[in-house]
Amino acid sequence: MADAAAPAPPTPEATPSDLAVDDELAIYRVMLLARTFDERALALQRQGRIGFYAPAVGQEAAQVACAWALESGDWLFPSYRELGVALVRGTTPEELFDQFLGNAADRLHGRQMPNHYGFRDRNFVVASSPIGTQVTQAVGAAMAAVRRKDRVVTVAFFGDGATSSNDFHAGLNFAGVFRTPTIFFCQNNGWAISLPRERQTASKTLADKAAAYGVPGLVVDGNDVHAVFRAVRDARARAVAGEGPTLLEAQVYRLGPHSTSDDPRRYRSEGEVDVWRQRDPIGRLRHELIEAGHWSEADDAKLLEEVRGEVAEAIRRSEAKPPSPPASFFDDVLATPPPSLEAERREFERLLAEGVVKP
Amino acid sequence: MTETTIVQAVNRALREAMQADPDVLLLGEDIGVNGGVFRATEGLFKEFGADRVIDTPLSETGIIGTAIGMALYGLKPVAEIQFMDFIYPGFDQIVSELTKFRYRSGGQYPCHVVIRTPYGGGIKGGLYHSQSTEAYFAHTPGIKVVVPSTPADAHGLLLSAIQDPDPVLFLEPKRIYRSVSGEVPDGAGPEPFGHARVVREGTDVSVFAYGAMIPPAAEACEGVAADGVSAELIDLRTLVPLDEASVLASVEKTGRAVVVHEAPRFCGFGAELAAILAERAFFSLRAPVARVTGYDTPFPYALEQLYLPDAARIRRAIVDTARAG
Ligand SMILES: Cc1ncc(C[n+]2csc(CCOP(=O)(O)OP(=O)(O)O)c2C)c(N)n1
Ligand SMILES: [Mg+2]
Repeated sequence: MADAAAPAPPTPEATPSDLAVDDELAIYRVMLLARTFDERALALQRQGRIGFYAPAVGQEAAQVACAWALESGDWLFPSYRELGVALVRGTTPEELFDQFLGNAADRLHGRQMPNHYGFRDRNFVVASSPIGTQVTQAVGAAMAAVRRKDRVVTVAFFGDGATSSNDFHAGLNFAGVFRTPTIFFCQNNGWAISLPRERQTASKTLADKAAAYGVPGLVVDGNDVHAVFRAVRDARARAVAGEGPTLLEAQVYRLGPHSTSDDPRRYRSEGEVDVWRQRDPIGRLRHELIEAGHWSEADDAKLLEEVRGEVAEAIRRSEAKPPSPPASFFDDVLATPPPSLEAERREFERLLAEGVVKP
Repeated sequence: MTETTIVQAVNRALREAMQADPDVLLLGEDIGVNGGVFRATEGLFKEFGADRVIDTPLSETGIIGTAIGMALYGLKPVAEIQFMDFIYPGFDQIVSELTKFRYRSGGQYPCHVVIRTPYGGGIKGGLYHSQSTEAYFAHTPGIKVVVPSTPADAHGLLLSAIQDPDPVLFLEPKRIYRSVSGEVPDGAGPEPFGHARVVREGTDVSVFAYGAMIPPAAEACEGVAADGVSAELIDLRTLVPLDEASVLASVEKTGRAVVVHEAPRFCGFGAELAAILAERAFFSLRAPVARVTGYDTPFPYALEQLYLPDAARIRRAIVDTARAG
């Protein structure tokens, strides 16, 4: 599989920025934190300290700049790979490790695999694994927001593979018909596990798919924080002005494995990855900031040390916490459990007390 | 003869079926170059090419719907759904279409599609990589449901599935894909459906299980010998068609039954077994039928070892059942 397997690397061109320098620096910090976090999480999985991980390496610019262009009231419907978005929303590394470990501090009580987190107070809806399901849900939430006269948008985050799912098509169709304030933020990272983007669809771009639903579709260089920021900000402005949804295709590249269960050497060449490594969004923004005199190698070294410390401290704190209580997996099935489930819980507690099952 | 694992036996059956019949082809996500996320199709892309080992776009309704079309036209498609948890975008094609083609056409359009999919927990897969929802499918008339627990059965039952004139859901116990190994004799052929296997004979309690529950059930049956209980373990192998004769014969002998599955209890396959025993073996029963199952919650991640039935829980139920009544 040659380089044709992925979208042609967008040519980096200097985009005049709509971002203030402080914003650029803050975005850079989150991107570096995300990268550092991903590297540590991958290492923890290799050491058997967490069970699974799916990194966002290579997608930081798209995720962080997108989230930066939104308002805190906007509802986000993530997939399992939106680390940068979660961090912009104020999620801490410690909260994420708590979720990965499923410890007593995990808001999800250890019920979900790593990566599948959610934080209601941040309007970051809890993720699931089935691909594409969040797309229609984001449209429904947008319909509800309109009914409530709230000036918020909803954003569905998903990948190139998800554009083949039932919900992608249903979601775009509904959004087009009801002109919902929704942003469909597709991160085309070139791959859906082992399937290259050009085998996913014969459509020339993923953004093209919007046309069939009467929705504007735009391709943006997902490694360019300025381009992503502007595209999302404009789509948001249109949405809150009642002008309807937008599909944005952020072209990025999945520099890492699909997940820790995946070995990309089986299906893609190192050469292809190298091409994209040259376009690493973090290196690109760092270079820009240094060129513009807003940043230095010394600043960078200091920041890297700082975020490494932050991540290490988060791991230390999360690992020190006790596991979720044994019977906690019985909670939250329904607001009022049916009698059969109550009986099962009592039975479980009896087996626990008698030592037949051991926590 | 060499020892193979369950996943290798699946691979071998697919290879043999494809070698024997050019109408057999595979379709699914990541099954080609990547060899499947569990490597069940390893090497087949190389051997048979992209026309017969088809990497599809990410759409289960696409996979199952096109498999139906191929079958109607005369091919023998074997579809892989990457995890049973992801079969639902294709559920409509299964429930409304696949299972009804023969019937709604008065027999004109049989639909021999095989859907292979890894199922079950114990691999730290959380809510969406762990479920055992065989009951939805067994409940739907018009499809066979097969669950092997050994390499020989994985091989023989899959060969049968591919030759079957009707739709077959072939559930692969992914937790024991590699941990259970055994011999698949050279030249082994198809294993007929509808025959349960007595894993272990016993006289006091009949234990019914299938798939990934066989190893813990076997361990429990060994264990209860120390409690003075002789347990008989029966591997159902095919849920549809169910070998009711073997189920009844065992309970007529022992008078006691424990049913094990990892799916939730409520309306699980065990409810059907218990009902069959109540209807047809009532006067042989000397104790209530016991069920050891997953709980009626979604499948939890961190605490999955507490959720899944294990040898200790099964053993307790066998002993309680042996002593009841
Ligand atoms: C309905 C469904 N089918 C299959 C899978 C298995 N699976 C998990 S991720 C994935 C690929 C997703 O690719 P893409 O949408 O491009 O997102 P990315 O992982 O690249 O971010 C597949 C096939 C799934 N999770 N859900
Ligand atoms: Mg992708």
